[in-house]
Amino acid sequence: MLEFNNVSYSYHTRSGETAAVCGLSFKVERGQFVSVIGPSGCGKSTILSLAAGLISPSSGSIKRKSDMGYMLQKDALFEWRTVEQNLFLPLEIKGKNTPEMRKRAVALAQKYGLGDFLKKSPSQLSGGMRQRAALIRTLAAEPEMLLLDEPFSALDYQTRLEVCDDVQAIIKSEKKTALLVTHDISEAIALSDKVTVLSSRPAHVLAEHDIDFASTPKERRNDPRFAGTFEVLRKELGI
Amino acid sequence: MKKEIYSREHRAYLKKLKLKRALVILVRWFILLAALAVWEILALFKVIDPFITSSPSRVVKTIVSLYREKTLFYNIGVTLAETFTGFAAAVIIGYAVAVALWMSETARAVLEPYIVVLNSLPKIALGPLIIIWIGTGYTAIVFMTVIVSVILCIMNMLAGFMSVDETKLTLMKAMGAGKLTTLTKLVVPASLPAFMNTLKVAVGLSWIGSVMGEYISSKAGLGNLISYGGQVMRLDLVMASTAILCVLAAAMYLIVALIERITVKQY
Repeated sequence: MLEFNNVSYSYHTRSGETAAVCGLSFKVERGQFVSVIGPSGCGKSTILSLAAGLISPSSGSIKRKSDMGYMLQKDALFEWRTVEQNLFLPLEIKGKNTPEMRKRAVALAQKYGLGDFLKKSPSQLSGGMRQRAALIRTLAAEPEMLLLDEPFSALDYQTRLEVCDDVQAIIKSEKKTALLVTHDISEAIALSDKVTVLSSRPAHVLAEHDIDFASTPKERRNDPRFAGTFEVLRKELGI
Repeated sequence: MKKEIYSREHRAYLKKLKLKRALVILVRWFILLAALAVWEILALFKVIDPFITSSPSRVVKTIVSLYREKTLFYNIGVTLAETFTGFAAAVIIGYAVAVALWMSETARAVLEPYIVVLNSLPKIALGPLIIIWIGTGYTAIVFMTVIVSVILCIMNMLAGFMSVDETKLTLMKAMGAGKLTTLTKLVVPASLPAFMNTLKVAVGLSWIGSVMGEYISSKAGLGNLISYGGQVMRLDLVMASTAILCVLAAAMYLIVALIERITVKQY
């Protein structure tokens, strides 16, 4: 579904060159939920920009689907549109703005508890609801794969747990493939099938862990193996 | 409408708010009326010379006589038409140029010093050139109005376009939107508050432009009356025209403010 092969990427500024990613290889299989964790400033967002095709690698190759949905740290809902019109935005841009697609987007919103808010302005929604609307917007154009750039980090702790569980449930039940970058170890363990640990900049893969105990984020957090996995990842990150 | 039932404390709070608002309006009117009254009384008792300073009653008399001579609405109409045409042209041209500059980073870099210099240039310096190039009359005055306000329209709109949220731009890019789609779906609607602000600024500048243009060369209009009144020492005419300008400019500003209130509710 997505494959990085020995990918390197450098930023160029007047004052010099910064290697953000160096010799990075990893794979995301269809239907998998993969998290990438790493120390802050290690170039995690660069990896998503590369995966989304917003930037091209300096060297190496990336095999990717053209059809990706990108979910950002901030919900970026357009205030001048109703929630419903926000959901239709990717349809309009990708030329998929047909009555069936709109109907499907609305059905998705209703299924995941946004039904009563469709005609409201985003400013009338709570932070958690806004992020949920952002996810439905990402799903509306029916992308094959989702890229999640720390989508929960702007939320307060309680909302974060709640939305995090919701998002995982929605992505799983819609059978989507997802790549999440985060600096939050427990979030990565709770959500993913596989956790990829990155080194500090320039980023490359230090270790990969398949997580297969329990199934929902809630059960995982309560599972005795959670703490052990957390310790392993914490040591690998060097914190 | 649902009738809300408030606690005693909340009702007292609302009452206090209302009183405060009423007081502000009352004092506003009082200042205006007091100033007019003092002006009138000083002129009446010849403390000040009404030939030089005019007086409220003489201003009213002048306006009535302009009306009787059937020149009042003609002059108002001329200045309004110049101001409005210039205003509309400046806003449209300013918006278009700002869009072009937003589209091209190179164009922005190249043209920046020109815009800065043109912005600081006192436009009245171009008066003689305008007369020679375009002639006198309506077109020349409209042209003056446009050059007075267009640069600020460009700068204001461009600033509005450039301040669009970076996350939203990334989102558009990630969805595969091109420059034009980003412009129409994101930048134009997101900069609506900046557009309204531009309209407000342009209204004020357009009045400056049209009156200035009429000073330089004109056969009619409120600026023409002011300039003529000054030359023949008819200060009543100067004051009356100025008073009318005040009312018209305020009215135009209020209309724009009202449009703003209706359109930018959700921002």
